[in-house]
Amino acid sequence: MDTIFGVPTQALFGQLLIGLINGSFYALLSLGLAVIFGLLNIINFTHGAQYMMGAFCAWFLLNKLGVGYWWSLILAPLAVGAFGMLIERTMLKQLYKLDHLYGLLLTFGLALIIQGMFRHEFGSTGQPYAVPKELAGGQNLGFMYLPNYRAWVIVASLITCLATWFVIERTKLGAYLRAATENPALVQAFGINVPRMITLTYGFGVALAGFAGVMAAPIYQVNPLMGADLIIVVFAVVVIGGMGSILGAIVTGFGLGVIEGLTKVFYPEASNTVIFIVMAIVLMIKPAGLFGAQK
Amino acid sequence: MADSEFRHQHIAFAVMTVLFVLAPAVIYPLFLMKALCFALFACAFNLLIGFGGLLSFGHAMFFGTGGYLAAHAAKVWGLTPELAILAGTVAAAGIGVVAGLLAIRRQGIYFAMITLALAQMLFFFYLQTPFTGGEDGIQAVPRGKLFGVLDLANAYAMYYVVLVVFLAGFLLIYRIIHSPFGQVLKAIRENEPRALSLGYRTVQYKFLAFVLSATLAGLAGGTKAIVFQLASLTDVHWSMSGEVVLMTLLGGLGTVFGPVLGAFVIIGLENYLSELGQWVTIVQGIIFVLCVLAFRRGIIGELGHWLKKPL
Repeated sequence: MDTIFGVPTQALFGQLLIGLINGSFYALLSLGLAVIFGLLNIINFTHGAQYMMGAFCAWFLLNKLGVGYWWSLILAPLAVGAFGMLIERTMLKQLYKLDHLYGLLLTFGLALIIQGMFRHEFGSTGQPYAVPKELAGGQNLGFMYLPNYRAWVIVASLITCLATWFVIERTKLGAYLRAATENPALVQAFGINVPRMITLTYGFGVALAGFAGVMAAPIYQVNPLMGADLIIVVFAVVVIGGMGSILGAIVTGFGLGVIEGLTKVFYPEASNTVIFIVMAIVLMIKPAGLFGAQK
Repeated sequence: MADSEFRHQHIAFAVMTVLFVLAPAVIYPLFLMKALCFALFACAFNLLIGFGGLLSFGHAMFFGTGGYLAAHAAKVWGLTPELAILAGTVAAAGIGVVAGLLAIRRQGIYFAMITLALAQMLFFFYLQTPFTGGEDGIQAVPRGKLFGVLDLANAYAMYYVVLVVFLAGFLLIYRIIHSPFGQVLKAIRENEPRALSLGYRTVQYKFLAFVLSATLAGLAGGTKAIVFQLASLTDVHWSMSGEVVLMTLLGGLGTVFGPVLGAFVIIGLENYLSELGQWVTIVQGIIFVLCVLAFRRGIIGELGHWLKKPL
């Protein structure tokens, strides 16, 4: 058997793949957080709960209504996004003039309510969700076995991330968005409906979390607490990347997933903590994060 | 500065002390001790957010560290309870220095996220390291004899020791917020660039406030571990960090007595709702949302506003 640094190549590539999968979710979630933060200036603590809602939406659609994975991939983010816009219109809107910390506290409270209700309803055991039959099976690449579904997750996440980056950085709509981030009053004076833009942006960021949830359903079990611990790791990813750039969120998301995967191979004891350790080191060297600008 | 300005606070303090001294006659001491430990924890947390304007979302790391070290010191090293609690407090202060150095340069939401992430790192560390006993925690910690004399197995003896610890911590915090240091801290909370321009090294002030807050949170955690003879992962979990935020928010951010009342309400609520399982989390979430949307001054804050006197 081939080995690299005393580690079997099979294990190495296996963990690299898991790292890329985790990285896909880190990237999607931190991207949603970055988009929301850019315009609303709040950190959306409900993000993990909304990711979980996406997964449960897919599970519900399949088991109660017989709607399959591909439709779920569209319907679940729409539903979760609509729910997010409702929250923004009814609650978050009232907090924009206050200290941004209140937004964090409100979304934390909402996360507790949502996660508590799902646990009350479904308990803490996971619900299985089958891999869609078009993506069942896998490819033998010679050096490793690659399940089709996992390859799809990585590709779909990359495409979604890059599409989001393109829309925000390269289109007219994105230009309005970036302008509103800099100076909402001025953009409003040009006749653009900024409050509606804020609502739609929050909805979009939340829909990204729902989308990630649907993609996660066949890989992890659909569990009421699946987003609770994940969101903290994603926060660390956001701190490492810095809130400055969309591309930064994507690159750090995938990068840290890979670092975590490699740590599992070479020093498994630290695999839970490695992202936080990286965060501590980055804070010492670049307090604003790798891609962030110090304000 | 006239003492009379704070006379109502002195009266409130006297009333609170008398109530706590008499309370064990009518309320179960174990509940009171739990609430007092959390009240001290919330007061320590409030020192940071209410007077320094820094929201830490990782305060469970100090509370939990204080608990683990106190439990370990009492059980394995065989120290007397006061030394065990001291060991926990010192350990929390040490963690506070390290976390403070990392987090203090960022503000607002970043500060909250960094402290949360550091606390999660420590959670995983305590989950894996052998001395904490992993999922089981450190169980059957002896309460021991205070100064080698007073047997704390008696619930009432234990209660009054906890009360003394709480009152000492409370008075220390009261002294801090009314000292020149506390005034500078408030100035930084209101307008940091201005305080900086007046020549105050704001980062050092915030750092000291952070370490003080961490130390007192460790004192609360260590005391709780001795009272319940248990130190477990619950006390370092992020939900504990959220709970202390909730207690302080409900009682009133930046009030002197708010965190104490907030702690009693939340602990009381948990006691009553404990049979209803997940409803505790849901109710906590609802209180969070209501406080933020409609009730930002908190109970004591509203009362003080109504009486036109800060409490």
